Amino acid sequence: MSQPKELPWLRITRADSIPAREGRSVRLGGMEIAIFNLGERFVAIENACPHRGGPLADGIVSSQGDGVTVTCPLHNWRISIEDGDVRKPSGKGHACVRTFDVKVENGIILFRPAPRVSETAA
Amino acid sequence: MNTTRLVVIGNGMAGVACVEQILKHNAAFDITIFGDETHVNYNRILLSSVLAGEKDFDDIVLNDIDWYRKHGIRARLGVRVEAIDRTAKTVRGSDGSLTPYDKLIIATGSSAFVPPIEGRNKAGVFVFRTLDDTRQLIEFAGPGIKAAVIGGGLLGLEAARGLQVRGCDVSVVHLAGHLMERQLDPTGGSYLEAYMRNLGVAVLTNKATKAMLGNGHVQGLHFADGSAIDANLVVVAAGIRPNAQLAKEAGLAVNRGIVVSDHMETSDPDVYAVGECTEHRGEVFGLVAPLLEQGKVLAAAITGNKGPGFNGGSTVARLKIMGADVFSAGDLDETKPHTEVVKFEDPALGIYKKLLLRHNRLVGVILVGDASDDHRYVEWLRSATDLTAQRRHLLTPPPSPDGGFDVAQMPDSETVCGCTGVSKGEIIQAVHTHGIQTMAQLKDRTRASTGCGSCGTLCQKLLKAVAPEFEEDKVKVLCDCVPFTQDKLRDIIRSQKLKSVQAVLDIYGNSIGCEICKPAISYLVDVVWCGDHKEDRSARYINDRVHANIQNDGTFSVVPRMRGGVTTPAELRRIADAAEKYNVRMVKVTGSQRIDLLGVKKEDLPRIWADLDMPSGQAYAKGLRMVKTCVGNTFCRFGTQNSIDTGIEIERRLENLYTPHKTKLGVVGCPRNCAEATVKDIGLIGQDGNWQVVVGGAAGKGVRKADLLITVETTEEAIQATELFFQYYRENANYLERTYDFVERLGIDKVRRDTVYATAEVRQGLLDRLARSKTRSSDAWLERNDPRPTQFVQIQPLDNWS
Ligand code: SRM
Ligand SMILES: Cc1cc2nc3c(=O)[nH]c(=O)nc-3n(C[C@H](O)[C@H](O)[C@H](O)COP(=O)(O)OP(=O)(O)OC[C@H]3O[C@@H](n4cnc5c(N)ncnc54)[C@H](O)[C@@H]3O)c2cc1C
Ligand code: SF4
Ligand code: FES
Repeated sequence: MSQPKELPWLRITRADSIPAREGRSVRLGGMEIAIFNLGERFVAIENACPHRGGPLADGIVSSQGDGVTVTCPLHNWRISIEDGDVRKPSGKGHACVRTFDVKVENGIILFRPAPRVSETAA
Repeated sequence: MNTTRLVVIGNGMAGVACVEQILKHNAAFDITIFGDETHVNYNRILLSSVLAGEKDFDDIVLNDIDWYRKHGIRARLGVRVEAIDRTAKTVRGSDGSLTPYDKLIIATGSSAFVPPIEGRNKAGVFVFRTLDDTRQLIEFAGPGIKAAVIGGGLLGLEAARGLQVRGCDVSVVHLAGHLMERQLDPTGGSYLEAYMRNLGVAVLTNKATKAMLGNGHVQGLHFADGSAIDANLVVVAAGIRPNAQLAKEAGLAVNRGIVVSDHMETSDPDVYAVGECTEHRGEVFGLVAPLLEQGKVLAAAITGNKGPGFNGGSTVARLKIMGADVFSAGDLDETKPHTEVVKFEDPALGIYKKLLLRHNRLVGVILVGDASDDHRYVEWLRSATDLTAQRRHLLTPPPSPDGGFDVAQMPDSETVCGCTGVSKGEIIQAVHTHGIQTMAQLKDRTRASTGCGSCGTLCQKLLKAVAPEFEEDKVKVLCDCVPFTQDKLRDIIRSQKLKSVQAVLDIYGNSIGCEICKPAISYLVDVVWCGDHKEDRSARYINDRVHANIQNDGTFSVVPRMRGGVTTPAELRRIADAAEKYNVRMVKVTGSQRIDLLGVKKEDLPRIWADLDMPSGQAYAKGLRMVKTCVGNTFCRFGTQNSIDTGIEIERRLENLYTPHKTKLGVVGCPRNCAEATVKDIGLIGQDGNWQVVVGGAAGKGVRKADLLITVETTEEAIQATELFFQYYRENANYLERTYDFVERLGIDKVRRDTVYATAEVRQGLLDRLARSKTRSSDAWLERNDPRPTQFVQIQPLDNWS
């Protein structure tokens, strides 16, 4: 795997426009990104459930003791918003969703387009 | 025949538990039990829960009449033994009967002690000891009643809480400087006092009651310091006295109680005594655990299997008030030499823990506000464990790998049920030998968790770990994030004054929660506080964040309210215009007599609502959906009642309110039932001269004909019955429990008793709380005027992707 080239941070929106423990979607290029405000930090993942493309930004932030997940609003799959893996239904073979770098500076959410975790490099 | 005639005086907890033990020894006894109460053996401990409405009388029976029959035991209930003739070896009953015995067990328990206060014989003054006492209290208690409980010990506080739950305005009057002074230090007492105040119970300490005032019926209490309070119900919980008079008159050795040896023998070799009526090495008892231990010792002795003797009581005390955890055990005298005290206090959370150690061994413990670790401490006390290695974890256990309490770490000898003295090892053995799969079976076999019930969760965990086929009992916790039943959560939310989902999750859960518990807690905080809570949309499902139903492609459906299924040409025109303007994928008449606009983008929702200018039909919410109506006597030649206006009026009164699950109503003008009212959550069926109000119908996944709640003459009465049931369902059903399950679970008789046939105060309470919620509610679609941050917008990035 080649190391992705350092890409510039993009300014997305004011941090306070995403309420605590909720997600919002942003369209960037051809992609839809879900950004979640977890209170002490923000995370970003692709806004499409690996099941049938459900809008993950509309899901409820959840946890079953294996990190923070979002529960898809369509059929309740649980997707990790830390590593993008499908936690429920458990078992192998599900594609995961891409995760991205986000940070907050001067009250603005910054986003870096390159996916943080490589897609299942089998 | 070679059977021994055994007579037991007293059909209470210790006597019958002892008989159970005797049966285990397979001895040839012909047993007669006298009980002056008319009831079969019941769990006296749980009278507190009955008073607080958490349990019914039926739930606390320990041995039903079949048990007596099955074991050939003659139960003489309602018969008091008035004399024992030790020479003739007979007992004389209050019915005049003479019953011969070979062996006699006295298990007469104790009676409530009423200090000689002036005026104590007035009407309205009660004690709290028996099932009949409890019945009377329940009958007398209610909103508007001012109650005073004399005595701030375990019993008094539980009585106070029970009365307060029943709507009384309660004060606890306590002689000592702080509550439960025998089990708590002053700091612990002050934490408990704060808890009680929080629950809404007033606490007066350092108060000696001098007189009960009133003319015939009590009206107030007068104290030694000259002050006074109003009270039209007084419960005296000032201690107990062993019932030893009968033994004394028979010439047996009696001091404070009937004097017994280590093997429960009295001064007569054929007479034994057990329970609160006894005195062992100068001590009398007031808690069940040592008494059950006595029963075991006695059973062994009387059947000729004498084993180790009884060596005194445990001092473990727990207060059984939900939301006020109090636990105390052991020797609390910190002035004794070599005593070390380890303490933890968090006034904000109301938690106080104190351990007393001597030579690195635990000797005493006080827990207030959080007693979740009590088993650890009981085990340390019992086994006198050297705690040198645990010094860093005395007050909080080291985290176990699965994040919860690890039953595997418990030694087999550790007591699980403190009341009945059942250990982990015994439970495991019983599970294996009897194939136990449910809590009910476990209780039946081992008696574990049949006392105060505080070990129930622990037993469940054990069962889960050991029994391959473990079946959860009907009482289910909400979810792993917040492991409490919904009833308990409701109580916690109320008593701890928690007004937001996050507060509940932070204090009682894993602080994050999930899609199961968050919407449920959202519902509970809303209903407990009648809408006066802190609404947290992050805890709501997307439908309740944007007030529309999410569809398979991420767009939403819009169903405006069309009360009673009645619309106007102007509304229809606006609907048609909006449908065109926003390019909706389909306009559909729904199965609930209204119109659905399907396929609306989230960003468009506020605008389409504004264009429609109609309220939300809440087609997405667990709330009032609609009231379907037929044309009724306004048009129909068979109509007997005005179903349209009635339906519209009900929809107006109940709309915008959340319910445990969606709630659908129907009103029809005659029994032809054109709007299918008999399969609705609530249905009104018009008849000539009256309305039938039916509840719990279903026509979804399953079909269920609704049960008749009541038949009333006027429309206003019918609407009121609807409101009563609606609010009762809101307050008592589990989240996601439809009325068809709720009514089935409770039974229509109970539902009737608690709603339309309840006392005027109870009914008014339901209506008042409904009205309060209604005042605070509003049409969700008005949020278009004042949306929360980016509630509907698609966020546009400040920088663009190049
Ligand atoms: C739109 C509508 C069908 C229609 O085109 O007529 C409809 C659509 C849905 N129904 Fe329904 N139900 C609709 C009338 C009914 C009725 C008839 C009635 O209300 O008289 C019933 C039977 C009565 C009942 O409620 O039991 C009904 C029984 C169900 C059930 C089964 C409930 C049950 O406990 O048996 C579900 C599933 C559930 O709730 O768990 C359900 C669930 C759904 C959901 C919400 C499924 C979902 O979770 O997304 C559907 C939403 C579609 C959408 O995307 O908007 N729908 N559904 C009707 C909306 C009525 C309205 O104006 O509000
Ligand atoms: C509301 C309440 C809550 C309690 N909570 C707890 C708790 O949480 N934990 C705990 O450990 N303990 C608790 N206790 C105490 C516990 O219930 C008693 O310790 C226990 O019931 C004593 O058992 P016993 O058999 O000795 O007496 P009892 O259960 O009182 O039984 C004695 C029976 O004998 C009958 N009797 C008396 N004289 C005669 C006679 N001459 N002829 C025929 N019958 C007679 C009595 O009417 C009574 O039915 C509580 C008690 C009450 C009232
Ligand atoms: S239920 Fe009776 S009154 Fe109503 S439309 Fe049908 S026939 Fe007419
Ligand atoms: S689309 Fe996400 S669970 Fe089905």
